[in-house]
Amino acid sequence: MNMSRPYRVAFVLVCVLVLLYLILPILIIAPMSFSGARYLAFPPPSLSTRWYQEYVGNAAWMQATRVTLTVAVLTVAIATPLGVAAAYAVSRSTWRIMRVIHITLLLPLVVPIIITAVGIFFVYAKVGLVASLTGLVLANVMLGLPYVIISVVAGLQSFDATQEMVARSLGMNRLRSFFAVTLPQIKASVIAGGIFAFISAMDETIVALFISGGQYQPLTKRMFTALRDEIDPTIAAISTLMTAASFMLVLIATTRRKDS
Amino acid sequence: MPAPMPDISRQYQRREQLTMLALAFPALLMILLLVVLPVGWLAWQSIWHDGFTLENYRRILAEDIYWRSFALTFEISLTVTVLAVLLGYPIAYAASIVSRGWSIVILALVVLPFWTSVLVRAYAWLALLQRTGVINQLLRQLGLIDAPLALVHNTFGTVVATLHILLPFMVLPLYATMQKIPRDLLQAGASLGAGPVLTFWQIFLPLSLPGVLAGCTLVFVLSLGFYITPELLGGGRTVMVSMLVSRNVELYDQWGAASAVGVVLLLAVAAIFFVVSRFVPLDRVLGQR
Repeated sequence: MNMSRPYRVAFVLVCVLVLLYLILPILIIAPMSFSGARYLAFPPPSLSTRWYQEYVGNAAWMQATRVTLTVAVLTVAIATPLGVAAAYAVSRSTWRIMRVIHITLLLPLVVPIIITAVGIFFVYAKVGLVASLTGLVLANVMLGLPYVIISVVAGLQSFDATQEMVARSLGMNRLRSFFAVTLPQIKASVIAGGIFAFISAMDETIVALFISGGQYQPLTKRMFTALRDEIDPTIAAISTLMTAASFMLVLIATTRRKDS
Repeated sequence: MPAPMPDISRQYQRREQLTMLALAFPALLMILLLVVLPVGWLAWQSIWHDGFTLENYRRILAEDIYWRSFALTFEISLTVTVLAVLLGYPIAYAASIVSRGWSIVILALVVLPFWTSVLVRAYAWLALLQRTGVINQLLRQLGLIDAPLALVHNTFGTVVATLHILLPFMVLPLYATMQKIPRDLLQAGASLGAGPVLTFWQIFLPLSLPGVLAGCTLVFVLSLGFYITPELLGGGRTVMVSMLVSRNVELYDQWGAASAVGVVLLLAVAAIFFVVSRFVPLDRVLGQR
């Protein structure tokens, strides 16, 4: 659509400003994390890696990092197969109950997370899962499932179901035909779903605030507690690392998806 | 997509249904145990304390702090939603009209923040907006201000950071809708003599409204329950509903009160989704990530 020149200039300007608003705050953390100063300054008065050293040398931060990575890996390992199976069922079945199940499976996205968090805290308090690794993993699996399901359902929608029927009519059972015919073709969406579940587990904060404790506190909980007290530049270093990890994972997830 | 179902027998169909149910069951069980059961428990707790009671709800109606918090939450959510449409619409529009390469660049700039930790972004805004933060330093060096502006630890900081976090939830459904608008409709409008402005107002804008509705729903509902930004950037004065819930649990050990507030919030969200589902299918609202 053609716009007259002044409109177009104004329009482009607005877009650029909004995009800067979106991306700059995230990027600005990186140079600040390499600052040699005790306070946050931009541009940093001197460069150093002292905040990264502080992070790596601190036993509590390292323990939290281990917890975060363990939880994220286990979350993906559990949520991906469960999510793929459920996505297959809701997109292949014509049974009406499956529609209800489909919506139910997306509930974690709809229910305000603070409510879920408090509710899980109540339940965990009764069954003794508060401050446990198991409890943290289970909660993150629940939160990650919708990402896997949405991604895989989309993948299955663009895949021709008759191919699987052909394989089955040639004598393969359902399971074999799924692994031999369907899975290779929706591989990209499965991987993308798994990656999003990983990022979701890595970034999850609110549920962890309520249910994690003791030695099983993820990075985000420690960061949150630290942020309430003072602005410690170590958090800038950790944030930069987390952002870099997210960026890389998203790039992998989205470029792979385009290949298929 | 409905699979071609060979109509052999009812028995076959029954077996098929059971297989599908078995496949969905583990995931369903997780959701039932960790969402439905906890939320149900919460609701139960809000009305049951040694017998049926509405005391927790009476307090919400009676006490000022609850009212003010609900009003503030509504106000902030509405502000964020309106700003998100105003800022998100041009971005989504731009992404839908530029070449493929540029559109990928624009969407990447929207999606990358989306997948960055909410906590990291709250921290970034804290670093930018605080009294000794980047923006105050810059403005001072430029000689525009003498004393630092109070940009954070108030409602302003909360809105800026919440908007930043929720803007992608507006842009993505908008873009998805705009992309599907047939371009020949716009050409038809132009060929009938409509200028670009008229074509936009008469054709493009109305056709993009489902996306606007989907985006507004997501942004409004999500900001109703927002917790991290008001907690870290609100400075203790911006008490949103989510903070009422957490404080009642953490500080005062008032599980009943926390539950009642949670139930009211949940009902509000459910009501919004119900109304919206009359206009746009819900799986379209939710499936846009």
